[in-house]
Amino acid sequence: MSSESVPQTYRLGIDVGGTNTDAVILDTADRVIAKAKSQTTADVTTGIVNALQAVLTTSQLLPQTIGYAMLGTTHCTNAIVTRRGLSRVGVLRLGAPATRAVDPLLTWPSDLRQLVCAHSFVLHGGHEYNGEPIAPLDPQEVRNALCQLKGQVQAIAVTGVFSPVNPDHELCVRELVHEELGVDMSVSLSSEIGSVSLLERENATVLNAALIEVARTAFAGFARAIRQLQIPATLFLGQNDGSLMSVDYALQYPIFTIASGPANSIRGAAYLSQLQDAIVIDIGGTTTDIGILQKGFPRESALAVEIGGIRTNFRMPDLLSIGLGGGSRIHQEDEFHIGPDSVGYRLTEEALVFGGQQLTATDLAVAAGQIQLGDPARVASLPVSLCQAGLTYISRALADHIDRLKLTADPVPVVVVGGGSILCPEQLPGVSAIIRPLHHDVANAIGVAIAQVSGTIDRVFALDTMSRTQALDEASHLARERACHAGAASESVELVDLEEIPLAYLSGNAVRIKAKAAGTLKL
Amino acid sequence: MTLLDYNALEDIALGATVLGTGGGGDPTLGKLMAQQAVAKHGPVQLLPLDEVPDDGWIIPTAMMGAPTVLVEKIPSGTEVLDAYRMLEQRLQCRAVATVSAEAGGVNSMIPIVVAATLDVPLVDADGMGRAFPEIQMVTPTLHGVSATPMAIADEKGNQVLLETPDNFWTERLARTTTIQMGCSACVALYAMQGATAKRALIPGTISLAREIGHRLLASRGEKRDPIDAIASLLHGRRLCEGKITDVRRRTERGFARGEVDIAGTGRDAGARGKLAFQNENLVFWHKGHPEVTVPDLITIVDEQTGLPITTEGLKYGLRVVVLGFPCHPQWRTPEGLKLVGPRYFGYDIEYAPLRSK
Repeated sequence: MSSESVPQTYRLGIDVGGTNTDAVILDTADRVIAKAKSQTTADVTTGIVNALQAVLTTSQLLPQTIGYAMLGTTHCTNAIVTRRGLSRVGVLRLGAPATRAVDPLLTWPSDLRQLVCAHSFVLHGGHEYNGEPIAPLDPQEVRNALCQLKGQVQAIAVTGVFSPVNPDHELCVRELVHEELGVDMSVSLSSEIGSVSLLERENATVLNAALIEVARTAFAGFARAIRQLQIPATLFLGQNDGSLMSVDYALQYPIFTIASGPANSIRGAAYLSQLQDAIVIDIGGTTTDIGILQKGFPRESALAVEIGGIRTNFRMPDLLSIGLGGGSRIHQEDEFHIGPDSVGYRLTEEALVFGGQQLTATDLAVAAGQIQLGDPARVASLPVSLCQAGLTYISRALADHIDRLKLTADPVPVVVVGGGSILCPEQLPGVSAIIRPLHHDVANAIGVAIAQVSGTIDRVFALDTMSRTQALDEASHLARERACHAGAASESVELVDLEEIPLAYLSGNAVRIKAKAAGTLKL
Repeated sequence: MTLLDYNALEDIALGATVLGTGGGGDPTLGKLMAQQAVAKHGPVQLLPLDEVPDDGWIIPTAMMGAPTVLVEKIPSGTEVLDAYRMLEQRLQCRAVATVSAEAGGVNSMIPIVVAATLDVPLVDADGMGRAFPEIQMVTPTLHGVSATPMAIADEKGNQVLLETPDNFWTERLARTTTIQMGCSACVALYAMQGATAKRALIPGTISLAREIGHRLLASRGEKRDPIDAIASLLHGRRLCEGKITDVRRRTERGFARGEVDIAGTGRDAGARGKLAFQNENLVFWHKGHPEVTVPDLITIVDEQTGLPITTEGLKYGLRVVVLGFPCHPQWRTPEGLKLVGPRYFGYDIEYAPLRSK
């Protein structure tokens, strides 16, 4: 550690969104000292630097006083969508003689498969649902496959049948990769990434391996930007369950940064509203994300989630997105509707109240007197019936989507955040209260700055050799261990969630357990 | 001659989910297996039931076990061929075709893997016209066709041949064997000759599944109502449209059971519906009265897209339409109702055939 005389007491949170990159600086009591917004750039990193400079200027703090910098970024999602910077991956599946009826990556878009997959192998090994091997792992067969991959790949993805029950074969293969291809070869193991359902877990594991280089470049760029501005901070990345991971950890599991933005805004909303359970609506310029805050964290989706056209099953926040935001265009021809097209970041030039020619959702809100913004005189002549139709449309869309996310019919509190939150009315059916906290416009950057470090486990436990209680204890223990491994201070780690999911048809001899532990950052 | 190519499998899989009445196992994995087999070996010939030679043997093939295991321990693709060949050997015949025992769910797809790989036709028929959870619940049972000799095979090369005195014993022993094989195995059973098959099977169900899938996908582009399109195709009707207001689930003796409450909307505003399921949808009560029961088909579809929703996918807040379709007349006989009527599944309800509109 360096020996500056200045105490490094401040924390920096940065969130990269589709339209804006937001930055905040918090003090030790988590109070917002300064906030700034800057336009997101195509290379992402320039936008980050701009936001950093702006927030430093506003805060008038010395860069040397910032001890921690947390980044929630879309680098990885962009890389998959644009197919740029992805690594060549050697794909190993352990399951033969089973699983040959569906080849690895069969369902991938062919351009992405050709780009990412150097070669795939289905090798002997893997396990039954109760953890017994299907076939013994054959080290010579693995070595032969690795020899063919030598010099062809930047990363290896290993997926064993029922590895969420028994990861032994995957761990053995990792050793063999390091022996054959060197200790620097990156290896992604499916048991550390996804849950039961082989193809979806394999897809997520291969995507993770393909993102290794993207992550290295992006995180190095972030580190450079921080150093350029003379900020001595330790760096962390936000992940999609609303917690943090160290840079070293993020370099191994870059896929967990996907959808970290919505997760951060849910955590930010929790902090700003002091609620543990609520629905969070994040209204931006083009879209609205609605998610669920459950026990202080975003609720996970129970279904397979598609990323860039590929079905995966690693944990993702349960979200509904609507093409409705502050910049959404109003359509009066045929049936009245708003969006999904939007003027996006050009709102301050193109909206009527800002002197432009486009009628947007923001204009209707101003005309209806919901907010003071720009030049209200420019919308004063809009017919009252049009404003009413617009507000009713927005109110219905929000209420309908909130209802779809709720688990029961009971009214719930709703926290509204994001730049477009003025669109949300004061009351909605099925909602007990609408809360608009201070600093709601940068809830995502605040969310990543205050985030905890977590560890999760989602595994099937065979109950042949252990009782149900022992399995629950084991899962809790593993989740705590993973939280510490990811950088949590061990004495602060607490179990935040423990869920048991019975498996149909398996007649009580196996159970799926999800556990999550979280603690404060080890400083 | 009808050929089933790669794209036809997409339609059949979707139609099979509608016929699966909420259960039967998600056909997606089976579809991928069938698509890989068709891509490798070429399209499959669909043979009308009445064109099967009277003295020609046909061998139904299927997967058995837990769908949760199937999607993790995917088959090798050869175990189902092993099972098929074991029965050929036992019967000392060369079968003229394979057929689906269950057109609803994943077992609409497994016989396509056999047909493509071994280059034999697939008979356009099945033994249920829907999905059911147990081996004896097929129309051939009503015609005295024995499930055995039955072949069970796994990916490791284990092969078991069962000979049992009745189809209930077959269910019991096959279930135990499947668990030992890792909770998922492939089977060949109910081998029969063409003359018997023409009486014992339900004709045209694979084409029907394909047509259901086709209409659902096509109506999306054409702005037609997909729900009316399949309701008329299956001679069924809308039972209720509404919002799911509660889902109660429990696992009992290895079965996923539960009840769903539906609050009517639109033309059913104010009405209350209740659905009971055990893997498949079994009983639907409307305004307090049991309106449709097993063996008639009850399928829940998305109000907007008409896409079927399986019992695992049911959750609070979904906007749905409950559809009822008549089962095949063979199920409406006293023997049929004894095998698969509401009382077999533990409901003290007299079966009343679904009233058409």
